Amino acid sequence: MRSNPLSSMAIHGVLILYSALALFPLLLIAINSFKSKKGIFRDPTALPLGELYSTKGYQSVLANGDFPLYFGNSLTVTLISLVLILLLGAMAAHGLTEYRFKGNGLLGLYLILGIMVPIRLGTVALLELFVKLGLTNTLTALVLVYTAQGLPIAIFIFTEFLKSVSGEIKDSARIDGLSEYRIFFEVVLPLIRPVIATVAVFSMIPIWNDLWFPLILSPGEETRTVTLGIQQFIGQYTVNWSAVLAALTVAIVPVLIMYVIFSKQLIRGITAGAVKG
Amino acid sequence: MSHSIPSGSRWRWYIVFFVAPATLIYTVFAIYPIVESLRLSLFAERDAVEAFVGIDNYKKLFTEPYWADQFWNAFKNNVWLFVLHMLIQNPVALALAAILSIPNLRGAATYRTIFFLPTLLSVVVIGFIWQLILSPLWGITPAFMNFMGVGKFFAPWLGLESSALTAVTLISIWQYVGIPMMLFYAALLNIPEETLEAARIDGLNGWSIFWKVKLPLILPTLGLVGILTYIGNFTASFDLIYTLQGGLAGPNGSTDVMGTFMFRTFFGFQAQLGDVNMGATVASSLFFIILIGVSVYLFGVQRRLQRYQA
Repeated sequence: MRSNPLSSMAIHGVLILYSALALFPLLLIAINSFKSKKGIFRDPTALPLGELYSTKGYQSVLANGDFPLYFGNSLTVTLISLVLILLLGAMAAHGLTEYRFKGNGLLGLYLILGIMVPIRLGTVALLELFVKLGLTNTLTALVLVYTAQGLPIAIFIFTEFLKSVSGEIKDSARIDGLSEYRIFFEVVLPLIRPVIATVAVFSMIPIWNDLWFPLILSPGEETRTVTLGIQQFIGQYTVNWSAVLAALTVAIVPVLIMYVIFSKQLIRGITAGAVKG
Repeated sequence: MSHSIPSGSRWRWYIVFFVAPATLIYTVFAIYPIVESLRLSLFAERDAVEAFVGIDNYKKLFTEPYWADQFWNAFKNNVWLFVLHMLIQNPVALALAAILSIPNLRGAATYRTIFFLPTLLSVVVIGFIWQLILSPLWGITPAFMNFMGVGKFFAPWLGLESSALTAVTLISIWQYVGIPMMLFYAALLNIPEETLEAARIDGLNGWSIFWKVKLPLILPTLGLVGILTYIGNFTASFDLIYTLQGGLAGPNGSTDVMGTFMFRTFFGFQAQLGDVNMGATVASSLFFIILIGVSVYLFGVQRRLQRYQA
């Protein structure tokens, strides 16, 4: 069946059709973001050439939005949360799998509870807590929430992986006289490198794309993330199509570049290990 | 792996060092807020003082028409969202994963990368993109439909009460099909080659190998995708609907889901003031709805699947 050229053509036909469905909306937005308003409406599928070409949209984005600031905020929040999730998650998973202590199993269960219970359900109390701590409209609040949100899945994946790792290397490190701390940082951390990509992907996407917590915990102009910034910007400029299209393109491009660079590791990370049936 | 250190009576500080930071952050910023929300749902503000009212808030939510109408409307919409994701997103994801997992498929990596792309983008961006594309103002969708000869079926779907929720759901499916696809794909790749070889020797063709061998083997992943869809549908749907239809989830509440309902209840909108305790009550109800789903999954679906596997 697999060598049959006809069915092979049908298969590629389906795949190409679906690729078009996935890509066309994004391309359409990108192409039209470089056109004048007239061009956008008169000829939406034409390439932005000749008299259709215009960068007016990007000029409005530059003039009226603070996108470099939003990107900086998103980047800061995502990266710090990610480092905390990976480091603290790996430490906890190591502690849970390596040592036998009272309440070990229960603690492990408690820590992965959050996979099933979305943290958004605690928003009401979370906002009150941050008001008390004086952390509303700070990036710190977002980092803390996203770290708490990301830890359960990270601990789960790291634990599953560490269970399958042989203890011999660690034991020989102990014989060499390494302290328990050095064993973690010098032996275990390098060992779990293959799953770090997986955990990073699972944690990163929801943080970068989240609208809920930025909207509620840090809506201020100075602490806006890209996702919230886009939402607010477009809310104000609904009639300015060039500006809206340009803002959307500005939001897509950095993610696209990162994806093109990392897609191999990313997809290998998702399909390997972590989610075995 | 816990064989190396004999558990002595000595307090082993390094264990605290490894486990405490994660436990602390997780407890303070994830578990405590949820527990505190559950507590708040049992209180109400009476004369500017917080008073214990038992399950009065829940009674109010489920029986007073003002609240009950909104609650059941949002719940019903969430169920529809879930059903559509299960009936469209997950089968499409499975079909794409099945095709991608054909051995030596040319360009598989490229297709995979393309299919997963929309999943990576922010819901806000995706929402606005589709709003523009479906807009009668721009006219790109009616033009395309005219070209296909079905132009007379075009309608401003996002603006119509009858079709807005389904339109929003289809956008969400378009974006998120990548996640179940990857999960199915990983599960299909993990099926040992010998199993498939044996089936081929038994004379099964590709089609029946898929239905009789592969599908039963990846049933646990189907269960996992099911529960993830369930949880995501009740919480994550807020972002897309807030972006596309606003906090009121219009037209006329037809796209209101638990997320937008909770947001409005907590923060208030227009004439209605925000209410912390009722917000907590909506959140807690959602907590129990998710708990029921997760229990069904853990004790019903997953256990049965494991027995099936063994």
